Amino acid sequence: MNIQFIETTNVLTIKLKGELDHHSADDARILIDEKIKNENFNKLVIDFKGLDFIDSSGIGFIIGRYKVIRKRNGVIEIVNAGKKIRKILDMSGIGKIIKIK
Amino acid sequence: MHNNYVYIKIPSLSVNESFARAAVAAFCSSLNPTMNEISDIKTAVSEAVTNAVVHAYEDEIGEIEIQCRIKGQVVEIIVEDFGCGIADVEKAREPLFTTRPELERSGMGFSVMESFMDELVVLSEKDVGTKVILRKKISEKKLKTLNEESDDESLEDEE
Repeated sequence: MNIQFIETTNVLTIKLKGELDHHSADDARILIDEKIKNENFNKLVIDFKGLDFIDSSGIGFIIGRYKVIRKRNGVIEIVNAGKKIRKILDMSGIGKIIKIK
Repeated sequence: MHNNYVYIKIPSLSVNESFARAAVAAFCSSLNPTMNEISDIKTAVSEAVTNAVVHAYEDEIGEIEIQCRIKGQVVEIIVEDFGCGIADVEKAREPLFTTRPELERSGMGFSVMESFMDELVVLSEKDVGTKVILRKKISEKKLKTLNEESDDESLEDEE
């Protein structure tokens, strides 16, 4: 999986490309959490446009980042989730706590 | 027609999760599945293999065996490990149950397998291992448009 960071004032956008599973989530969360902590972002936008695959490890990953950003009183948003990705997101009920566009 | 099958044996390294699901998906392609069917199978296999990687061998690396069989229109996938086993299978299958929340496990693995496949069987014995059996019927395709489009070619192919 590839991660691209786009930073504006207070908002960190991460564009994920490829496959988000247990293996790739492990590396990604370290990178992302470090960025959130070091640079005072209070909004995280996860862009799934380039994502081809996600499983329940991806849900764990999203909830994990939600917790990190919540500790800073921030918000998290998911954008560009395709059909396949949407199927798992909907199943998890994650839409109740996180805005999905 | 003979039943087709493939056996895959991998060490329980997380890097193999993507290989395992891609390999099973590639094997199933002979049934001409839809994109949705392939996506469902890939996701379910990923869940089963990830469970084995995360839970079966604790901090050690063990082996995971994947058997994939095609019986008519049904694909059967068995993911087996020889690790610690699941103490309470019924509990493990409950949505959102996880023994490893600190690893950001969502506890949704078995729920996903259950809803993306037609059948899920979980057999486990303490210190012997766990066997997850997944089955899914692949819809038969009529290939109508393909036949119509390539009528001449298909006639040539028949001898």
